[in-house]
Amino acid sequence: MDTWSRFLDTFFKPELIRQYLPSIAKGTFTTIEIALAIVVTGILFGLFLAVVRTFRVLPVNVLLVACVDVMRAMPPIVLVLLVYFGLPNIGINIPSFAVLWIVLSLVLAAFAEEILWAGILSVPKGQWETARSTGFGFFSTLIYIVLPQAVRLTVPPLTNRTLAITKNTALGTVIGVPEILNQATTGQSFSGNATPLMMGAIAYVVLFIPVVAFGRFLETRFRWSRV
Amino acid sequence: MVTTPILDIRGLRKRFGPVEVLRGIDLAVKPQELVFIIGPSGSGKSTLLRCCNRLEEPSGGVIRIDGVDMMDGHTVINAMRRLIGMVFQSFNLYPHLSALSNVSLALRKVVRKSRAEAETLALAALARVGLREKAKSYPSELSGGQQQRVAIARALALEPTIMLFDEPTSALDPELVGSVLGVMRELKQDGMTMLVVSHEMRFARDAADRVIFMDHGMIVEEAPPSQIFTSPREPRTRAFVSELTR
Repeated sequence: MDTWSRFLDTFFKPELIRQYLPSIAKGTFTTIEIALAIVVTGILFGLFLAVVRTFRVLPVNVLLVACVDVMRAMPPIVLVLLVYFGLPNIGINIPSFAVLWIVLSLVLAAFAEEILWAGILSVPKGQWETARSTGFGFFSTLIYIVLPQAVRLTVPPLTNRTLAITKNTALGTVIGVPEILNQATTGQSFSGNATPLMMGAIAYVVLFIPVVAFGRFLETRFRWSRV
Repeated sequence: MVTTPILDIRGLRKRFGPVEVLRGIDLAVKPQELVFIIGPSGSGKSTLLRCCNRLEEPSGGVIRIDGVDMMDGHTVINAMRRLIGMVFQSFNLYPHLSALSNVSLALRKVVRKSRAEAETLALAALARVGLREKAKSYPSELSGGQQQRVAIARALALEPTIMLFDEPTSALDPELVGSVLGVMRELKQDGMTMLVVSHEMRFARDAADRVIFMDHGMIVEEAPPSQIFTSPREPRTRAFVSELTR
């Protein structure tokens, strides 16, 4: 057997592709489900935290920043393991799917909060003052004038961070969430062949390339030249 | 008959930490009057304007707008603010909104008019500043002079009882100043009450009813423009005016 056919036999074995296509497809849908859930709850919660922070209540903000920093500092896998294997010992059992969703949502929320907060701070003071001078209260100034600008400014870093964190759904494999990587490693150990893993890799690329493209579209769509 | 002033300031003080920026200002602006404030930078002119709608919190004194005590805890400050049109040196248009939305936003969200009604009023305000055809343009597509006129329309649309101008032409290229002053001149003819911080001497000379010279947080001299620019009483005014007209 020459090198080329050995390569094909290891990574692209036709009968294994046929055999594992259904389970990889199932894993892909699971990954999509969790990823969407994480994006929605993570960004919304991050936005909520950033809004809370604008009220500048000192004790609240100290606590908020401390929690956010911890979430940003901890490798997500440590949190996943801690929650999944630790909490049952005090009688709290959370399904693996939910653990992955909650942990990654919190991590994304922490990063999103920091990014959006930076965006809010970068909106010039004059925008606040003008809005206030036309009768807007603090909260409606935030909603109608400051946040729309802050969000547009932060679309690129927010997209990057969201991608980085949703890719971490692969961590679900260590706690048995039947997502892409889990299905792929299962297939790999049953078949003793890397083809299912390669299929998983391809599934990730097929899944995330459109997201990357969508992020780029958002960037151009929301760009406006600053005055 | 005594007309009550639109803006009535008594003993206004403002300190930033140890620095006293306003040291007892008394000033009344009557209906339809255009009062000009001049003075060296750091004299407290902008702070005085910003205290009028409490963008800056006064440290002491009384401010009445149309008879309403602005310092009274019962006064609904947001409702009062929209009656005090403010125009800033840096225009401060909302960059994410079209000219029309810049003008109509407060009408819709603060005054709570319907979108259609707010846009009709906004278009009328834009027409007053000569920019009806720019309604769909975004701030980045407008010249500085046009941006400042949209900013004026934004304040006008709320039907203010007084307009405050904080160096409205200082950030403009010289050739764009005229269009903004033209709009202000028309406002004056329409009977708008105005308090203007600016160094546009020629405009002051032919449009202002009174000119106030401020220095070190106090009003040094107050006179009709013809007098203050030609024969000021105070030496400090004389020095400043001669510097300006040099």
